[in-house]
Parts: sequence; structure tokens; C-alpha cells
Amino acid sequence: MNRLEVELLGKKLKNPIIPASGTFGFGYEFAEYYDINILGSIALKGTTLHPRYGNPLPRVAECKSGMINAIGLQNPGADQVISTELVKLKKAYRDKAIINIGGHSFNDYIDTAKKFNGISNIWAVELNISCPNVEGGGMAFGTNPLIIKELTSAVKRVITNPLIVKLSPNVTSIQDMAIAAEEGGADAISLINTLVGMRIDLKTGKPIISVKSGGYSGVGVFPIAIRMIYAVSSCVKIPVIGMGGISNAREVLEAMYAGAHAVMIGTQNLIDPYACQSIINELPDVMDQLSIRNIRDIIRRSI
Amino acid sequence: MKNVFLTVKENRPLTNDFYKMVLEGECSGHTAGMFVNIKLQDFTLRRPFGIADADNHSITLLYKVVGLGTKYMTTLQNGVIIDVLTCLGNGFNLGKASKPLLIGGGTGIAPLFKLAKELKSKYPNIILGFRTHEDVCMIHEFSEFGNVHVTTDDGSYGYKGNVLSYLKSTGIVYDYYYACGPLVMLKNLTSIDKNGELSLESRMGCGFGACMGCSIKTKSGYKRVCKEGPVFNASEVIFDEQT
Ligand SMILES: Cc1cc2nc3c(=O)[nH]c(=O)nc-3n(C[C@H](O)[C@H](O)[C@H](O)COP(=O)(O)OP(=O)(O)OC[C@H]3O[C@@H](n4cnc5c(N)ncnc54)[C@H](O)[C@@H]3O)c2cc1C
Ligand SMILES: Cc1cc2nc3c(=O)[nH]c(=O)nc-3n(C[C@H](O)[C@H](O)[C@H](O)COP(=O)(O)O)c2cc1C
Ligand code: FES
Repeated sequence: MNRLEVELLGKKLKNPIIPASGTFGFGYEFAEYYDINILGSIALKGTTLHPRYGNPLPRVAECKSGMINAIGLQNPGADQVISTELVKLKKAYRDKAIINIGGHSFNDYIDTAKKFNGISNIWAVELNISCPNVEGGGMAFGTNPLIIKELTSAVKRVITNPLIVKLSPNVTSIQDMAIAAEEGGADAISLINTLVGMRIDLKTGKPIISVKSGGYSGVGVFPIAIRMIYAVSSCVKIPVIGMGGISNAREVLEAMYAGAHAVMIGTQNLIDPYACQSIINELPDVMDQLSIRNIRDIIRRSI
Repeated sequence: MKNVFLTVKENRPLTNDFYKMVLEGECSGHTAGMFVNIKLQDFTLRRPFGIADADNHSITLLYKVVGLGTKYMTTLQNGVIIDVLTCLGNGFNLGKASKPLLIGGGTGIAPLFKLAKELKSKYPNIILGFRTHEDVCMIHEFSEFGNVHVTTDDGSYGYKGNVLSYLKSTGIVYDYYYACGPLVMLKNLTSIDKNGELSLESRMGCGFGACMGCSIKTKSGYKRVCKEGPVFNASEVIFDEQT
């Protein structure tokens, strides 16, 4: 009996540890560092319909307890992800991964998501709705419940894989966004994406990031993430995948108590390439200390 | 890439704000032009530094104090153990030159030291550029491996001017160059001659290819400074869009 096993959307995961999108590339490069088959699953780099270079440099700024990134969804585009990146992933990883999708219009999301129907090493689609909505005047999709519901159902209609909607924390009521995604037909919710942040270079007096602001992530966002995981888990029936600032096994358990069925590890992978492996190895001991027999028993226990 | 724990063996100033640090431990696998990414206590992101010298048991870094992280590095005492990602990046292509020219500006001299050492048999020309005489260092060390030319912006040591005006004003014979230094220097160099390679810097999230934080545009597509670089063919790099 595997004490770390959890079930997510009908799929058994060896453990609840999933590298978060954008911090693990397309996975295979981490196979040079450790056996990535130990992971619960993998969330791949945000993919768009067409190739994107992303934002000009600098795209990263350090913060006391985290970092700001404004990568701007650099990726080779859905077709090349399928023809090249996923083929490389298949050689390094026996299981299926989660494709993360970004877009700037309804059609972007729909057309991109559809391309991953029937792709043999993809088992779920994660919708990153934090991108600016070009048609809607640049406001992020993820801050308007009506748009979330409509977008979720539009994508759900055309895909064959389970749909995870990834929520942005930059909203006044995260519950409203989660309910909108559930009503739109989402199979699961993941949260949190990054918080909008900015740093200014004292030498130049100008923002460090080329596009001025970016997404703040890392250990500093952990309490915000826990509160939002808790709030969302309390108001929807679909499973929640928790993330935001998780850097060790204790924090994994905390996120699961708050309601997470599985967790994603982001920024910590960039600081310590072995982070997910270390956390997986650390979990049984920490569970022993807390007299937790099976990790799935603690999900939602704080609610 | 390797994740190793290295012990500080030496950490001392060469000039006012330019330090030499020697770290000992498992250091095999480094070639000239590679870099390391150092975890500093209480700083979120690692700090990248070129390899100035390396053998199987030690690496040497030459670093300038520019901000809080490098300031903290100056306080590290001998015996302190630090977490380092080693053997990062691609390194210089040593086979390209029969008459090599090395051009370093400011902290850009650091990765050229190991390169000069490895090109010793070809006795390279080495142009080292500094702001002023107070910054000048490593001249004797470089002189063991090649013919060293020094420039300072204010003329207080060696030639008055920058490395490029020096290069243009003298008839140094070379067939291939290796350069590292400020972006403007590299950009102006490529407008004179593209037959060489450049070691670039970029703010990094990870340093090992995972975040896309460091990508630049090149003629053959987007490249990560930390993975496909930091050394690029001078003819490949597209400058205008990344500054
Ligand atoms: C591949 C590579 C090799 C390098 N080799 C050397 C070397 O041999 N010697 C040397 O003196 N310096 C080198 N640098 C620059 C060095 O990394 C920075 O000076 C250092 O990170 C500054 O840290 P700080 O905390 O003092 O500065 P802060 O400004 O306080 O740093 C804040 C953040 O910005 C980043 N940052 C600031 N300046 C730079 C920069 N120029 N390049 C990349 N990131 C920066 C820091 O890493 C940190 O994440 C290299 C950079 C790269 C990318
Ligand atoms: C460099 C970087 C790139 C990211 N790229 C994406 C992305 O492409 N798609 C996405 O949905 N989230 C992306 N994220 C957000 C993370 O997946 C995660 O939601 C967030 O960073 C919070 O978790 P953390 O604090 O553990 O990093 C990115 C984060 C970082 C740091
Ligand atoms: S710094 Fe993360 S990919 Fe280069």
C-alpha cells in the first residue's frame, strides 16, 4: 500500500507532487538531474497556439521571499510542442503529463486545447486564465466570473481530456471565480497563479522588469495560497490542486489540510532543481512525525 | 549541471570592489566559458558567475561587488560551505582560432582567464579594459599565457580609451576572437568584426534552463543564455531587441 498515493480526476497519482507550469520546462531536461518518473504528474510549460518569444529582458526580478517573472509565455507553439517537446518527454517519462494552455482570445484557447485531444502522453488540460484578454481590452480573463464561466464551457465542449482551470489570485473574491469555473464545467481547479508585483532598480530609478510588472511567486505567497485553497475548497465540489510558495513536505501537508487533492511546486524548482524529489523523499518522515498514515486521509481536514 | 557543496578556501579583494574567491570540493567537468550558480543564505535567487579557473578539486571566481548579494559574498570566511550548481552553460569553442584574440571589459575578464590558460600554446593577444588604474588587476597572471594589452577609460594605466578603439588603432593580428564584457562593448565589437564568440550575461531565474527567464533572440531562434549560452557566435546574436 503506497501511503503517498492520491486520486485526481479518476487517475491514481503515486504521490501528490506535481511540478508547476513554467518552472519545469517540458519536463525532459529535469531527467538529466533525477528520475522524473517518481513525480505524481508534471504540468508542462504554458503553451499557446503560435510560437511566442515572450517579453523583452529583464524578465525576472528577485524579491526577499520570492521572485517576479514576466516571461510572457515563451514557447514554441502547440504544433511544435506536440511534434518535438512531447516526443522528447515521452522518452524520459513513462506517464502522462498535464498540458498548460495560455491565450489572448477565446479562439486561441479553444484551438490550442483541441490540438491535445488524443495526444498519447497528455491526460489533462490546465487552462491558464491569467493572460490578458486582447479582445476584451487587455483585462485578464481570470478576473471576470462571467468570462471564466463562458471560456471554461467553450473549452470543455471541444476537449476530450479532463479540464483544470487555473485561477489567478489577483481578484477580490476567489470564491466567485471558482464557482464560475465549476458552473462552466471545469473538472478541477488549480490555484494560485502568481500575484502581480513590481520591483524598482535603485540605480536607475526604473522598474527592473522590462514590462514593468510581473507575477510574484515563491515562499512569500504561501499564506495567501493557503487561504485561497481553503476558501475555494469550501465552496466548490470539484477537486482543488493547491500551489503557491510550497517549498517543503510540511507545507505540502498544510496545503492538503486546506483542501488540496494534489499540490504543485513552482519557484522552488528554480532555486533547487531537486526540490520535488527532496519533498517526495521527505514526506513519509514528516507524516510519521504527525501520525499521518495515508496522505489522502488529510485532504480537506481543516474545513 | 551538478549540485555540489564547496568550501571557501580563499576570498580576498584584488582591487577596491573586485574579489577573488577560491572554492574547493568536487569541481570536475568545467571547461572555459562555463559558469556556476551560487546559493547565498537569505537570498532567493542564486547568483551566476563565470569560471575564472578550475581543476577537479577547485574553482576560482572573480567577482565585482555590485549589490547586496555580492556584498554578502565578501563576508564569507574560509571554511564556510556553500551550495553551488556547477558545470552550467556551453563554454567557449577552443578549436576555432589559430591566432586567438581575447577581449575582456570589466568583470568580463573573469571567464577569459581559464580560456587564456588553455590557449597558452597559441600565445593569444589579450586586451583587458578597465575604467581606471584602480580597477586594473590580474595583469601578471594573464601575462603568463599571452601578450597582454591594457586600456583604461581615463588613460591612468596603459592605453587611454576602450578596448575597441585600442583594437582599431593597433594592428593586432588575429583570426578569431573571444569576448566578454558590457553589452555595448560586445555590440560595437560585432559591428567591426563578427568572426568570434561572445559570452553574454542575463538576469536568471534558474541558471539551468527551466524558466525561460534569460532568453535572447538569435538568428537561429530563441536561445537561453544559461543553457544554449552563455557563449554565442558573434554573427548569431541579435542585439537591438534585448537591451
Ligand atoms: C553567465 C553569467 C556569468 C557572470 N559572471 C560574472 C563574473 O565572473 N564576475 C562578476 O563579477 N559578475 C558576473 N556576472 C554578473 C553577476 O551575476 C552579478 O553581478 C550578480 O548576480 C549581482 O548580484 P548582487 O546581489 O550583488 O546584485 P543585485 O543587483 O542586488 O542583484 C539582484 C538580482 O539581479 C541579478 N543581477 C544583477 N546584476 C546582474 C548581472 N549583471 N547579470 C546577471 N544577473 C544580475 C542578481 O543575480 C539578482 O538575482 C555573471 C552573470 C552571468 C549571467
Ligand atoms: C518563471 C515562471 C513561469 C511561469 N509560467 C507559467 C505558465 O506558463 N503558465 C501558468 O499557468 N503558470 C505559470 N507560472 C506560475 C506557476 O505555475 C505557479 O502558479 C506560481 O508560480 C505559484 O507557485 P510557486 O510560488 O510555487 O512558484 C510561472 C511561474 C514562474 C515562476
Ligand atoms: S535562467 Fe532559467 S532558463 Fe535560463
